[in-house]
Amino acid sequence: MRTLPLLSGLAVALLAVSAAGLAIGYAPLPLAGVIAGLFGGGDPLAVAVVREIRLPRLLLGIEVGAALGIAGAALQGLLRNPLAEPGLIGVSASAGLGAVVAFYFGFAALSPYALPGLAMAGALVATGIVLAVAARGGDGGLTLILAGIALSSLAVALTSLAMNLAPNPYAVTEMLLWLMGSLKDRTPADALTACPFILAGCGLLLATGRGLDALALGEDAARSLGVDLARLRLAVVGGSAAAVGASVAVSGSIGFVGLVVPHLLRPLVGHEPGRLLLPSALGGAVLVTLADLASRLIPTAQEVMLGVLTSLVGAPFFLLLILRVRREAW
Amino acid sequence: MLTASGLTVRLGGRTILDGAGFTARRGAVTGLIGPNGAGKSTLLRAVAGLLPHEGEVAFAGKPLPSDARSRSRLLGYLPQGHHVHWPLTVRRTVALGRLPHLGPLGRAGRADEDAVERVMAATGVAGLAARAVPTLSGGERARVMLARVLATDAPVLLADEPTAALDPGHQLRIMALLRAEAAGRQCAVVVVLHDLSLAARCCDDLVLLMPDRRMIAGDAATVLTSSLLREAYGVSFAVTRAAGIPVVLPQYPTPIPDIIQSGD
Repeated sequence: MRTLPLLSGLAVALLAVSAAGLAIGYAPLPLAGVIAGLFGGGDPLAVAVVREIRLPRLLLGIEVGAALGIAGAALQGLLRNPLAEPGLIGVSASAGLGAVVAFYFGFAALSPYALPGLAMAGALVATGIVLAVAARGGDGGLTLILAGIALSSLAVALTSLAMNLAPNPYAVTEMLLWLMGSLKDRTPADALTACPFILAGCGLLLATGRGLDALALGEDAARSLGVDLARLRLAVVGGSAAAVGASVAVSGSIGFVGLVVPHLLRPLVGHEPGRLLLPSALGGAVLVTLADLASRLIPTAQEVMLGVLTSLVGAPFFLLLILRVRREAW
Repeated sequence: MLTASGLTVRLGGRTILDGAGFTARRGAVTGLIGPNGAGKSTLLRAVAGLLPHEGEVAFAGKPLPSDARSRSRLLGYLPQGHHVHWPLTVRRTVALGRLPHLGPLGRAGRADEDAVERVMAATGVAGLAARAVPTLSGGERARVMLARVLATDAPVLLADEPTAALDPGHQLRIMALLRAEAAGRQCAVVVVLHDLSLAARCCDDLVLLMPDRRMIAGDAATVLTSSLLREAYGVSFAVTRAAGIPVVLPQYPTPIPDIIQSGD
């Protein structure tokens, strides 16, 4: 089983959904207009719609999806648990808390960088705490999960507190809508802000493949094969924090992508954790772009928020997965 | 020659090893035996560099490198349990043993593939190459995991209970493979074993870890005496010989506890 056919298949799928993402939207544009608009020619309105609205939305979808997919795959490999997810180690909730703080104190209105900056800061602080606790706990996997759960709960509680104490209902609405997760009304600046962090995070995670493979044999065997476990943990958790923190910073929290994508692709790479990383990034990009397209096509009065949509599909999938994992026990 | 000396390991405030040491010759199989809790696995893990410890481990007169990667080329370690966390194929699992030899990009070369084929053939798992490890029987899995550690090509092999939960046939097959590896490549092989007769039969040297942290080293005839074994395990042993090799039969403690006498 080789990875190349799978990667090319995913790349073709990504191109196809990207084309659809550019072609389909609220403004009725003919296909020729979209293509002309993409390259800056033709109707100025079409240029604005394609370059200022649809393209940033598409690029963000790809960035966010890739970040969630690869972080999910890497965390599942590190924890040797197919139920692991970026949300599990507290990164998503803490980034969300950072964003809510930005809204609460009005920083978000002061600078366009305040919201993503604080969200990423939240992700980094959470990562630091989780890593410190896990390092003291000795056995990495379980302590890491427990610390992540504790931290997530704390971040959610603080987020609720901020809403509880919010000065006006408008601020609460703003926070809530943002937390639901969406790619709506994002600017090219959003796509650019998140990009370097997501790229750096993905790069860090891609380099962990060999260590994750060795971990399939257990921690002692992996160390005896020359894997530095502390460094591996740092790379996986730090890379996930950068990539997922940056994506939560620009899109809010979009659940279950990091869980579903690696799980669907794993059998196609012979269950090898290292070989799962790159396909999961591509698969995540395809899934988020596709889900974003669906959120635009579903005829509701209000656009269904992307995070709501992925959770509506993802949560039942998660339940099914638990049932199946229990039965197989790999 | 592998030499461990003055190994002291403290875990959670308890001293598990106190100045432990032994030597393992190249081309020979050294068996670590002793009661549960005597520290056999801890000793093996300390030698493998997996536990913080005091003392020194040297191979061929030089201390083992502290850098994990150079150490991994010198020392292959097979943990207990033979567990693989994902349903990897046999070939892929065995190939993990080549990790210490791969370059920075992690690409396996011709030499790596040859090594994997060679150890799969030697352990008789070549026919299972495409099977997923969880679908194998216990004996097959034990041979796959042995192939994985043989694939490291390391001059020192440490195996923690490689024969646990195997039938006598498979136990002997695993031990024969380890003996062949020791003789063929002049490796120093160190094995933790619980079956004393198997240890007498298959190991060149034995190291008995006593409950009071003493270590008795020597050949089977020196170590497997009824007085030493009684002291080590707290029960009497009948030591006989078959074809010159000690055969060890533990005796029921006297008086026999009711639960055993009544037969249920």
